[in-house]
Amino acid sequence: MKVLVPVKRVIDFNIKPRVKADGTGVETAGVKMSMNPFDEIAVEEAVRLKEKGIATEVVAVSVGVQQAQDTLRTAMAMGADRAILVLTDVAVEPLGVAKILRALVAKESPDLVLLGKQAIDDDMNATGQMLAGLLGWAQGTFASRIEIADGKATVTREIDGGLETLTLTLPAIVTADLRLNEPRYASLPNIMKARKKPLETIAPADLGVDVTPRLTIVSVAEPPARQQGITVESAADLVARLRNEAKVI
Amino acid sequence: MAVLVFLDHESGIIRQASRSAVTAARALGEVHALVTGDASVAEAAARIDGVAKVLRAAGAAAAHELAEPLAAVIADLAPAYTHIVAASGASGKNVLPRAAALLDVQPIPDVVSIVDADNFVRPIYAGSALATVRSSDAKKVLTVRASSFDPAPAEGGAAPIEQVTVPDGPALSAFVSIALSQSERPELESARVIVSGGRGMQNEENFKLLNPLADRLGAAIGASRAAVDAGFVPNDYQVGQTGKIVAPELYIAVGISGAIQHLAGMKDSKIIVAINKDPEAPIFQVADYGLVGDLFDILPQVEAALDKAG
Ligand SMILES: Cc1cc2nc3c(=O)[nH]c(=O)nc-3n(C[C@H](O)[C@H](O)[C@H](O)COP(=O)(O)OP(=O)(O)OC[C@H]3O[C@@H](n4cnc5c(N)ncnc54)[C@H](O)[C@@H]3O)c2cc1C
Ligand SMILES: Nc1ncnc2c1ncn2[C@@H]1O[C@H](COP(=O)(O)O)[C@@H](O)[C@H]1O
Repeated sequence: MKVLVPVKRVIDFNIKPRVKADGTGVETAGVKMSMNPFDEIAVEEAVRLKEKGIATEVVAVSVGVQQAQDTLRTAMAMGADRAILVLTDVAVEPLGVAKILRALVAKESPDLVLLGKQAIDDDMNATGQMLAGLLGWAQGTFASRIEIADGKATVTREIDGGLETLTLTLPAIVTADLRLNEPRYASLPNIMKARKKPLETIAPADLGVDVTPRLTIVSVAEPPARQQGITVESAADLVARLRNEAKVI
Repeated sequence: MAVLVFLDHESGIIRQASRSAVTAARALGEVHALVTGDASVAEAAARIDGVAKVLRAAGAAAAHELAEPLAAVIADLAPAYTHIVAASGASGKNVLPRAAALLDVQPIPDVVSIVDADNFVRPIYAGSALATVRSSDAKKVLTVRASSFDPAPAEGGAAPIEQVTVPDGPALSAFVSIALSQSERPELESARVIVSGGRGMQNEENFKLLNPLADRLGAAIGASRAAVDAGFVPNDYQVGQTGKIVAPELYIAVGISGAIQHLAGMKDSKIIVAINKDPEAPIFQVADYGLVGDLFDILPQVEAALDKAG
């Protein structure tokens, strides 16, 4: 079976984003960019499915600027077979990304689309669910375990109270949570090999998708800063302050 | 027109976070509540103060809040509503974006403030920034952060209950099992006090050293991702960008460094206490009260001080 893995280029998770002085967004110029951590987990899972002989081909897809090629090369260095860049300068929203992915699903006919549960820049946590809705496919979100057998995927999901297990009829959408696996580091030989793997570039318009955002950013601001706290010297001092000063116990 | 609020429940109890969603929705119009499950769930929804009508999706297809049938129900009901709202929990985040796609709407997740019918404030980049967004969609689909809206009182309403039918469709997914962590303690999202442990707790056995402190304070217990990944506690203890978002009166972080992904889930707590042996740990930058030292020495001292203070 074929697995499609959408990967997004985002500000590296180790970097503290800075709000632009003019309040229009977050500074990305000169900032280290990496693959969205959840997407690394999705790529890893797809590659493991291939290594187990369950998947036959893993195709990575990214919607974004030219530099998203680097993200796709990383996915291929991890083991994806080929990649598709849907090139656009627009910051495409989950609805637009889902429509692009729907069009690619029509072209590629995958049996499974494995996404990250959330992009750590916009924190939307929506694209996988929306793609599933557009396609009329089953969805298994926030997956911490996936097993594929007999045309079905059994997915364990992280929910508010614990864990839930569902079976999904394939083709299906699964979104990866943090504990699904630990992604591998790409080895140098694999990084070299990835340079030669096929990377196709297309435009949203080629897929007939309008990516005009529905949400306008009115302003972006720093959250209110917390007041500087104090260091207390002893447990007794702490308890006294919690009681008498903060009045929370 | 009215606002449709999907209320999720666990073991037949409507989550407190869903009552916060009712409060948020009341700012937008008359609230109609959509529930699944037994008649008792619908009856509890009808008693929530501020709910004008309850819509109950019953039967096998609606059980377990499966996304595929529920999103179809919501899309069916949508024409009568200006806004569709749910709490930003696992269930709302699973179902609402799917329903939004069926309606050709871009959802607005994790709303912390409602400016007006079209403008909403939501955190981005793990809460490093707050974005105000304006939606041009004819209908808005949003999930709201429970920590930003007081829960509507569980009692006080007497709304009528109507049945709604789940549209026919192939059963795409099927429920197999659920494993809920059992705890006598308050829920994380509604606790007044939270004691949270990180990698500094070292192992599952030592993590239990937080219990006596939590007992004395009537606290819920939370954890960092590192503590969950290492298997000290189950996944539903995780606080942070990708775990639970909490804002208790008092949050005590023990052996937690304070990565931005963790801060994203707790930095709106009223009072934050940090116990950490590393004076440079970033958690101290958000702490109101910091105690530098070995947590294994400090925890018993805090308990003793609490006992002494009575
Ligand atoms: C996409 C993504 C999402 C994430 N989401 C979350 C999330 O939702 N929630 C979350 O928590 N993390 C999340 N993380 C992980 C986050 O980046 C940190 O790795 C994690 O929070 C670290 O946990 P910690 O503070 O327990 O561990 P560490 O960073 O290892 O800190 C342990 C601390 O314990 C202290 N310590 C050790 N021993 C003692 C002792 N004896 N006495 C006192 N202090 C001691 C140390 O000084 C140190 O500060 C996410 C990461 C990514 C990439
Ligand atoms: N621009 C994009 N290109 C490729 N994949 C994306 C893009 N945006 C979102 N995704 C996928 O959808 C997931 C959820 O993103 P979001 O809904 O934006 O939080 C991500 O983890 C990716 O797998």
